[in-house]
This record gives sequence, C-alpha cells and structure tokens, in this order.
Amino acid sequence: MTEKHLKEGYYFWSGDVAAAEGAIAAGCRFYAGYPITPSSEVAETMALRLPQVGGKFIEMEDEIGSIAAIIGASWTGERSMTATSGPGISLMNENIGLAVMTEVPLVIVNAMRGAPSTGLPTLIGQGDLMQAKYGSHGSYEIITLYPNNIQEAFDLMFDAFNLAERYRVPVMYLLDGLLAHMYEKVYVPPREEWEKKIIRRKRAREGQLPYQPDEDMVPPMPLIGEGYNIHATGLTHDERGYPDLTPQAQEELVRRLNEKILKHERDIWKVEEYLTEDADIIVVSFGGESRAVKAGVNLARKEGIKAGMLRLITIWPFPWEYITKYSADYIVAELNYGQMYHLVREYSDNDVYQLNKMGGEIHTPEDVLKRIREVSS
Amino acid sequence: MSQMTDMRKTEEEWLRTERLPHVWCPGCGIGIVLNAFLRAVIRRNIPKEKMVVVSGIGCTGRTAGYVNVDSFHTTHGRAIPFAVGVKFARPDLNVVVFSGDGDLFAIGGNHFVNAARRNHDLLIIAVNNFTYGMTGGQHGPTTPTGAYTTTTPYGNPDRPFNIPHLAISLGAPYVARWTTYHVNQLQNSIYKALNMKGFRVIEIISQCPTVYGRRNSMRSPMSMMEYFQKNSVINNKASYEEMELTYKGKIVVGEFRNVGGIPSYEERYEEIIRRAQE
Ligand SMILES: Cc1ncc(C[n+]2csc(CCOP(=O)(O)OP(=O)(O)O)c2C)c(N)n1
Ligand code: SF4
Ligand SMILES: [Mg+2]
Repeated sequence: MTEKHLKEGYYFWSGDVAAAEGAIAAGCRFYAGYPITPSSEVAETMALRLPQVGGKFIEMEDEIGSIAAIIGASWTGERSMTATSGPGISLMNENIGLAVMTEVPLVIVNAMRGAPSTGLPTLIGQGDLMQAKYGSHGSYEIITLYPNNIQEAFDLMFDAFNLAERYRVPVMYLLDGLLAHMYEKVYVPPREEWEKKIIRRKRAREGQLPYQPDEDMVPPMPLIGEGYNIHATGLTHDERGYPDLTPQAQEELVRRLNEKILKHERDIWKVEEYLTEDADIIVVSFGGESRAVKAGVNLARKEGIKAGMLRLITIWPFPWEYITKYSADYIVAELNYGQMYHLVREYSDNDVYQLNKMGGEIHTPEDVLKRIREVSS
Repeated sequence: MSQMTDMRKTEEEWLRTERLPHVWCPGCGIGIVLNAFLRAVIRRNIPKEKMVVVSGIGCTGRTAGYVNVDSFHTTHGRAIPFAVGVKFARPDLNVVVFSGDGDLFAIGGNHFVNAARRNHDLLIIAVNNFTYGMTGGQHGPTTPTGAYTTTTPYGNPDRPFNIPHLAISLGAPYVARWTTYHVNQLQNSIYKALNMKGFRVIEIISQCPTVYGRRNSMRSPMSMMEYFQKNSVINNKASYEEMELTYKGKIVVGEFRNVGGIPSYEERYEEIIRRAQE
C-alpha cells in the first residue's frame, strides 16, 4: 500500500464516494461491478482509488458476472465488494444465494432507486428492504446495514466488512438515491485509528474441516492457494464441503446458516433511539427518509406531543427487541407500499400505523408531524 | 508398466478418491477429458496448491468435485466470472474453467464472450456433448441442426455455435478442438495450453450416450466413439466454414490458433497500478 494515497482529515463527499472510501479504509482491495445510477460513483471512485492502494478494480459485463467475480476474489482472502441499484440486485440474487450457501464474506452496496423495474433511476426509493433478505431462493439470513448521513456512509463500512468476515456472510449495504448523491463533510481519522477497527478473517485450527464450525457456529475460512484443497459447492454439503444430498445434511446446514446470524443478532444490531424514552408515539424509519422524520418528531415535541424516532441502522437481522421494549404506538415511515411495517406489527403489542410514499422524494417534516398528530389525537 | 503405475499413483493424488465412484454414466466422455487434463497437469509439474479448478453446473460441472485441488462448483453459467475474480486477485495461480457447452455458451455466453475479449489468463476446457446432459438431454447452443433431443422431438430447428470460430473472433490466443477419441492430441493440447498466457479455449466433442446418443441412433458409447473416429479430420488450417459442425457430419479438429505475446488482462492491469501510484 502506498502511504501517499491514504486519506486522512476532512473531505466533502457524496454518499457513493464516502461508501467507496469507507470500504478502502476498511481494507477492501477488490471491486467488480457494472455501472448503474445512482451507484455509479462508487465504481468510479473504486476505479480511481483501488489501484493507488494496490487493489484491483474490474468493470464486468453485467451484475451476475460482478458478484461471481467478487465471490471468487473473496476466496483468495481479499475483502471484496460490488455496488449496484435494484435492477442489479435482482440479477445478483442467484449468486447471493451461492455466497450464503458457501459462506463467503462480501459487501454488496445497493443504492436504492424508485422501483419496481427501471423505476426512478436518479431518485430515492426504499422498496428493496425485503429483497435484501428474501431476494434469493431458500430460507436464509444475511446482514443488512443502512446509514442516514454521509459520515455514517463512511464509518459503517467498517461494520459491513467486519460483520461479513466475522460471520462469513454477504452484507447488503443500503444507500438510497438521496444519500448516494448528497454531499456532506466527512472526517477520516488517522490510519492507526481505523486500522485497529479492522477484524481479520479467523484461521482454521490444525485439522479443522473447511465447513466445520467453531462454537460460534461459524467455520473459519480456508483460502485459495494455501494447499487446503478446498471444495465449495452450492449443493447441500457436509463439513468437508462435499455434496451430501440428504434431508439430514440439509437440516443441519440450513439451520446453522440461519442460526449463526440469529444467535448473534444482539451483537449485530445497531439503531439510533431519539427521544424514545418517554415517547407515546415512536416513528420507525431508516436511511434518507429518517432525516425528515427526525425534523417531524422535533416539530411534534414543540407541540407537546411525546414523539420519538427509532432509526434502524441494522435492517436485517431485524432489531425486534427495540420494538418489544417500548409500550408506545408506532408509525412506520417508509418510501414503499409497506415493508418494515409488517415487521414492526409482528413485534408490537400496540397500534402500528403507516406513513408511506412510493418514492421519488422523502416525506416533509410537516407530513410526519401531520401523521403524528392524526394518530395521537 | 511401472511408468503407468507411477502415473496412476500420481493421478490418484490429484483426485478426491474418497468421492468415487463418480456420478457420470458408464461410457460417458467427461472422464476421458478429465484423465487427459490430469495427465497434462502432472506432466507440467504444476504444484497442486497453484492450481484452481472452477466449474459451473451440469454433468461436466461435477468435475470440480473430483479434482483434489482448490475447486469450486459454482452456479449455472458463472464459472468464468468466478474464475476471473480468483485469477485477477491472485495472478500467480493457474486457473482452469472446466465446464459444459450449455453452461459456457448458453447461460454463460455473455461471460465467455467478454472474458475472451478482455483476454483473462484462463484455460477453458469446454466439454461439448451436444446437449444438456444433466437435465435429461434437452437441446442447447451446440446441438446440431436436425438432431433429436427431448425439446426438439421433430429435429432441431436451431443452428449451433461454431465455438472455435467464436473464440478466434474474440482474439483468444489459443484455440483447439478435439474429440474424446483423440486422447493423445487432447492431452498434448492441454499440456501446451497450460504453459501459455491469456484466454485459451479447448473444445472437446464428447459422447453422452445416455441422453443424446440414445435419441440419435448412437445408443452405445462405442457407436459414438466410432462416429468421432470415422468422421474426424485433423486440419489446423481449417477455414471457419470447415469448423462448423453439422448433424452426423464431418468433425474438423486441430489446433486452430496458437499465438503468443498478447498481454492478458492481468498483465495490463499491472501497468494500471503502476500509473495510479506514480
Ligand atoms: C439458473 C439455472 N437454470 C437451469 C438450471 C438447470 N440446469 C442444470 S445443468 C443444465 C445444463 C447443463 O448442460 P451443459 O452445460 O451442457 O452440461 P452437461 O450436463 O451436458 O455436461 C441446466 C439447464 C440450473 N441449474 N440453473
Ligand atoms: S447424462 Fe450424458 S453427459 Fe451426463 S454423465 Fe451421463 S453420459 Fe455423461
Ligand atoms: Mg452439454
């Protein structure tokens, strides 16, 4: 790594650039992708910056090739990433399943646009929250993170890569059309400080099989080129990695793939609780939309309504305990027809209301205030 | 005799013998290709930890499960981009893609075309059995016009790929075609290609008696091999038209392209890193 190309200090970055720089700071050295609005500046930043720090950037022929390439690269030990928007995630989903099944750490950025289909390429949407977890076939868990400001778009990349490595799982890193293109000041701490934050891949014990889990249910990952004679397959497999097409092997493997995440959900969860302690009504939100929600909550407080905001930074595994712990009513503000609403309803004993917009722009603080007034009267 | 025993012993080191018997039908051609590949690799003295085999999905795709090196059975059609990731991240490794015609040229066709164009340093072993063997013998991108398969019950109206022509048009520096009858030529071809750089393509016409031969009056493995023997013509200088495959017609085999000195994508990227760090 060449020192002169490492960043440090204050920058004025967009969410896309901050996510790319955050990834590089968090040790990402391999990127494969296919351009798509509003994520293309992630690719452009990586094309410029990765070779400066000795990393590799490749523009592939499509998103299917992109994710296949980062899975291959991750097996060599490189922290690997791709970035796209909804249409690209739709194409990647089969191989997201491969990465889940073969337990390969990856970070996949999805700068969400208005959707379905080509939708609103340059504008915000939050319609891919369910897709983030349920996009590929089968029953599985992955981790999904979603910042709401540009500093966080940088900082949260450390969590994204560390969690991917720690649990050998793809991490979906959500941005949206607003965050991707919005500029804010970002502080990049000195190298020594951020290097400490990087969690390295754990190594196998002598004689440990490639899919033999440790106590934490996560098997250490052998690397290509070190004489392990790795075999990995998307077929149901045993601890050696060999196909084992039996109900017993399926039961054991799929349970472990789910439980290695769910058993550690409390270590994974990150939320922002804003004025929730005494709240009668809590607005649940995330990403770009949560900036308006916070302003709306402040307006409600001025009117004497005890409103608060719960911002989900971890979308999956769903931080359900932050719903069950309050005895407030909820409004779920999201830019889709209602997705996280169903999760909140599942865990809340009180009333849960919706505040939806189909995308293109966020709610105004006044919209949020109006909804808070409606449901608290 | 002892030389043969030695070869056999070494070959066994390169196989996951604990996984045998394999899934392939008796008389299937894939084993012949695997055998030729292993012998070529052993002759080249490539250290095992420096060899990576990537397959897609299909009967041929199961090869990755039998070679005792770092080996990956990926998703249908995606062996090449997976291999691109491995090779680009670790240019010191020998990365071989071993997969079927449907996997490489139908669902994976876009990756083949673009990886060839970029000249990634990969050896592609493409087993062409004229059909989708694994799913029961449907027609695919290499099924000859007129052939009978489960999805062409009245004969195939489709036209097959001319794979060497395709690979050459994309600038692949090494392009050859053999059949499973040409075991020595095939082994020598792989041996040679292993020592070259860039996107190297070897197409092997192989028998699938079980689901292809059966429907095309070549029910036994022998009758398919006889077809290969009688109809093959070696012609390294064949024209593109001559390379075309027709139903039960002539099979032109040979080493159609062998040129050195074209920089691979991985080599060109070294220059990119140098410029970026200036
Ligand atoms: C996305 C997807 N579509 C379809 C399939 C079903 N499928 C499995 S193998 C195969 C064809 C394999 O043909 P080929 O690559 O020629 O290999 P062969 O079995 O002939 O060696 C198909 C269609 C699949 N596994 N995945
Ligand atoms: S179905 Fe055909 S290709 Fe597949 S193993 Fe049997 S003979 Fe070989
Ligand atoms: Mg085939």
